[in-house]
Formats: sequence, C-alpha cells, structure tokens
Amino acid sequence: MSAARTTDAVIEVRGLRNQFGAQIVHDGLDLTVRRGEVLAIVGGSGTGKSVLLRTIVGLNRPAAGQVRLFGQDLHALPAGERVALERRIGVLFQQGALFSSLTVAENVALPLIEHARLAPAQAAQLAALKIALAGLPPEAGNKLPAELSGGMVKRAALARALALDPDILFLDEPTAGLDPIGAAAFDHLILTLRDALGLTVFLVTHDLDTLYTIADRIAVLADRRVLVNDTLAAVAAADDAWIREYFHGPRGRAAMAAARAPS
Amino acid sequence: MNAPAAAGDIELHDTGNAPRLCVSGQWTLPHYGALAARAGALRARIGAAAASLDFSALTALDTAGARLLCELIGTERLKGHLAHARLAPSQRELLEAVATALAAPPAPPRRRYRFGDVLVQIGKATIAFRDHTVGLLGFIGLILDGLARTACRPRRWRVTATVASLEHAGFDAVPIVALLTFLVGAVVAFLGATVLASFGATIYTVSLVSYSFLREFGVLLAAILVAGRTASAFAAQIGSMRVNEEIEALRVLGLNPVELLVLPRILAMMLALPILAFIAAASGIAGGIAVCALKLDISPGMFLSVLGNDIGARHFLIGLGKAPVFAFLIGAIGCLEGFRVGGSAQSVGEHTTSAVVQSIFTVIVVDAVAALFCMEMGW
Repeated sequence: MSAARTTDAVIEVRGLRNQFGAQIVHDGLDLTVRRGEVLAIVGGSGTGKSVLLRTIVGLNRPAAGQVRLFGQDLHALPAGERVALERRIGVLFQQGALFSSLTVAENVALPLIEHARLAPAQAAQLAALKIALAGLPPEAGNKLPAELSGGMVKRAALARALALDPDILFLDEPTAGLDPIGAAAFDHLILTLRDALGLTVFLVTHDLDTLYTIADRIAVLADRRVLVNDTLAAVAAADDAWIREYFHGPRGRAAMAAARAPS
Repeated sequence: MNAPAAAGDIELHDTGNAPRLCVSGQWTLPHYGALAARAGALRARIGAAAASLDFSALTALDTAGARLLCELIGTERLKGHLAHARLAPSQRELLEAVATALAAPPAPPRRRYRFGDVLVQIGKATIAFRDHTVGLLGFIGLILDGLARTACRPRRWRVTATVASLEHAGFDAVPIVALLTFLVGAVVAFLGATVLASFGATIYTVSLVSYSFLREFGVLLAAILVAGRTASAFAAQIGSMRVNEEIEALRVLGLNPVELLVLPRILAMMLALPILAFIAAASGIAGGIAVCALKLDISPGMFLSVLGNDIGARHFLIGLGKAPVFAFLIGAIGCLEGFRVGGSAQSVGEHTTSAVVQSIFTVIVVDAVAALFCMEMGW
C-alpha cells in the first residue's frame, strides 16, 4: 500500500477482535476506508457486519485491536475531543432509530440545536433543507415517525445523519425493507449526496443491486476477518466458495446483468 | 484540517457598472449565526441587481453556508451564475444540490394551539370513553361466548396455560398480598384503638378490623394489587404479541385468540383472586390481632372469641363473593388493552398503564355500587 493511500485513510481498523462471551465475532480483522469512497461490507448473516459498524462508531468497545477514525482512537480520547470526533460521523441505523416522540423536523434539528448551538428558528431552517436534500416532501417535517412509511423513515433518518455535515456516513442496510423502486431511488440519493457533500460512505448491505450501483470497493467479511477488500470486479473474481456463491449465484448474476445493461 | 476559525464574509463591490458579490472565508455550520447576520444586513442592498459572483476567496463551504447563499442570492439567480462561476467542482455540486432542494415550496406551518381546542379535547375524550365502555362490554360478551362454547368440550380446555397463569397471577402474588394486608390491618387497628379509647370501648377494635377486612378490605386490597400486577402483565404479554403480529398469525391459522389467550387467563384470575382475597382477609385480621395483643391488652384468644361470636359468616361470604366478579373484570380489561396495542413498543407501554388505571377504577366503582346495594338490602 502506497504512502499516499495511507494518509488518505479516514477509517483504519487493525487487528480488531470482538468477542461476546465465548463467541468470537472478529479476530485479527484489518480494514481501511479511504476518503471519498463508498465502501460496502458484505457477508453472510452472523458474520458481524453490524458489530463492525458499531465498533467503528464507538458503540462497542473492542476486546483487542485498534480502530482509528481520522487517525485518532475514539476510545483513547478524552470526552470533549471524542464528542468533536463523533460530530464528524453520521449513522443511519437499520430501523431508522428516529426519536418517536419528536417530529421529523425536530429529529433533524436536535443535533443542530445541541451541538451547533443554533437558535431554534435557524435550526428549523437547516432541518428543512436536510429534509429536502434527503428527498422528502416539505410536509413530512411535521409528521411523527409513526406516521411515515418505511422508505420515508429511512430518508428522515438520513436527513438526521446528515444534520451536522458529517465527513463519514455510516449506513446499516439502508435499502432493506424498501421496494425495488424506493431502493433504487435511495441508492441514487446516496450517490448524489456523496458527490455533492464530499462524503465517505461506509455501507453494510445485503442488496446486490446496491453493490453494483454505488459501491466503489467491497469488503467481504468471513471467518471473523475481512477476506477480500477490493473493487467489485476483483472481489467477484476472488477464489472463495462463499464469494463465488454470492456473486455468481442466480441473484448475483441477475444483478450483474442489470448493472451492465444500461452501460 | 483546523483552519483559522474566522467566519466567512460577503461584500458587494458596485464600482462602475459591474457590481460584484465577493464571497470569502469559511461558510460553515459553526459560523452560522454570524453569517446569517451578515447576509441579513446585505439583503436589502442586493435587491434585483444583476451582480456577478466571485467565489475566489471562499475557503470552506457546507450545506449550512450553501443554504444562506441560496437564500440571499435566490435559487434561480444562483443556478444561473453557477455555470460560469469559478468554483471547485465539489462546491459547485453542493450549491446546485442545495439550490435544487430549496426550490421546493416550503412546508405549511404547523397548526398552533387555538382557544377552544380544550372543548374539542373534552368532546373527543368523552366519545373515546363511550367507545371504550362499549368495546369492553363487547369483549366481555366475546369472553362469555368463548366460555360457553368450550365449557362442554373438555378437549379444548387449555389446562397448561391456565395453570401457568394461575401460578403467576395467584401463587406468586401471595407474599406481597399477605404482607401489605397485614400492615393495613395493623394500621386500621391503631386507628380504631385511638378513636375508641376515648369512649373506653377499645374492645370494638376487634369488630372494626374483622368487619372491614372480611367484608371490604380483604377483597379490595387483593383486587387492587392483582390489578397492578396482573392486568399490566396481561396487557404487556398480549400487546407484545400484537406488535409481533402473533395475534394475526393465530387468526390466519384458524385459531381463536380469545379461546387461546384470554380464557385461560380469565379462568386463572377467577380462581386466584378468591384465594388471594381469603389470604388478604386472614392476614389483615392477623395484623389486627398483633396490634391488639401488643398495644391494647386484648389477647389473641379473646380477639378470636369476639370474632367468632359477634361477626356473622355472611360478611365473609359477601366479601368473597365479589372476588370472582372483580377477577373477571380485571382480566377482561387487561386482555382487551393488550389487543388494543397499535403496533409500536410505545403503544405497549401506553396500554399497559391504561390497563392498570382502568382496572383499579372499575374495581373501586363496582365495589362502591356493591356496598350500596348490600346496605339497601340489609345484608
């Protein structure tokens, strides 16, 4: 790996080990995410994709190894600096995790009021912008999370994740549970926002179409570590039974054909 | 990474016939307040003048800064200028994305509180209360129908489920019911002793404690405790099954949720509460005996002989007779609130609380009506 690439790494995971009781989820896991790329994490159920995401954003303390965000270890920082670092990441949780007692606009405005110390009126203006950027109609801002459809919940959660203009966006299965049209629109939205806002995107997904549409590089989790971490073409050509099954099974072939058709 | 933390600036240079807007410095979220003030001061001067835009001194831009620029310059005009403005490609795309997002019409303002809304609220609450009562009566009808259908078909009796509920609603509740009624019995004896001592009639403390516990307090306290413990548990159990779509799954499988889930719980309650009411009455009287023995020099033997001679068995029967009725109502309300859960975890919490409040309310109202009835009948 060249020196230029290493300096460009915004997330570096080295020798990560995660363990719950006797069950070892990760062991000796290495991963690098470069600035401005969309990195997709794939792997079978139970290979610890979400655990890896939670560990990188600091929700889960690793048993061993190091996780560096922007070159700093989140768990080694004093509380104040840690908060400053956490403001540079945005997380879209699998179920949206919108605060159910607040409207969508209030959900988005909350970090703006708490962290950026904006007046409520200014925070509301910015919240309306983020809601529009996430592709929601303006009147969605006044709704409670319970009144939204699944796709709208994801978009509202994305608006909240983008509230503080993060450098890295973490997405945990963003298109799971969306219909194909909504999922395609969401993929497109992520790409647009990545280009417009200069985001680095860390994506956990099962959706092959999403992989073919937006991922720059793919990391395959298996056997408690990252098996391959490379471009789609290189990963698809890798010599591993699970990867072959994943990319060259009936669904993989269909997604590949669909991705090639327009070009 | 840590550029000087100076806020950005915008200036209007209208030298000659080509006015220029110079955007400079950091247009980012931390400076939002200062930037908004700066933009507000300039807004009146910009007007409709066709100024050209100069972004050469712009060092940082994020969505917050882009929003202010769009608002100040106008989305249409900004989009027109972007094509030939000198900007980093990423900043151009950011401005374009924000301008596009802002072009959508603003959201209608949220409806504010108006005078008279309280009347609407009262009206809604009244209708909701009526609907609730009708719903409960309907549900009681369903339960009775289910009972009648299964009564003569022993194969459809859910014995295991009933016994499991009986253990939770009855046996597990014995310690707390016994302890609390013992303490209340002691308190009632103390009150009686204090008041009756001034008449020299402390022996009537025995009648006070026995009469009140056999007839009212035993069953009432047991019912209130069971309402708190078990009605909430029923609502939470059935409610979380609803969230999980288990009730719907039962229906689709052709099984009757009332028969499977409600009847065992109601039957267990109707068996458990009379037993608990008996234990409550006994330990309340035991509390009275303890206070009388320690404080009033009335020996347990004397207490029991007064109890046996002066207090008729009918008081005990009236008290215990109310227990199955209370049990039925508490169980029905708990289960019904479970079925009313709307699909979210928050809804489970709301309906669990509602089950406790409603069942305690109902128990006390029914007990008061029963007391009036018995008094009029001279029982």
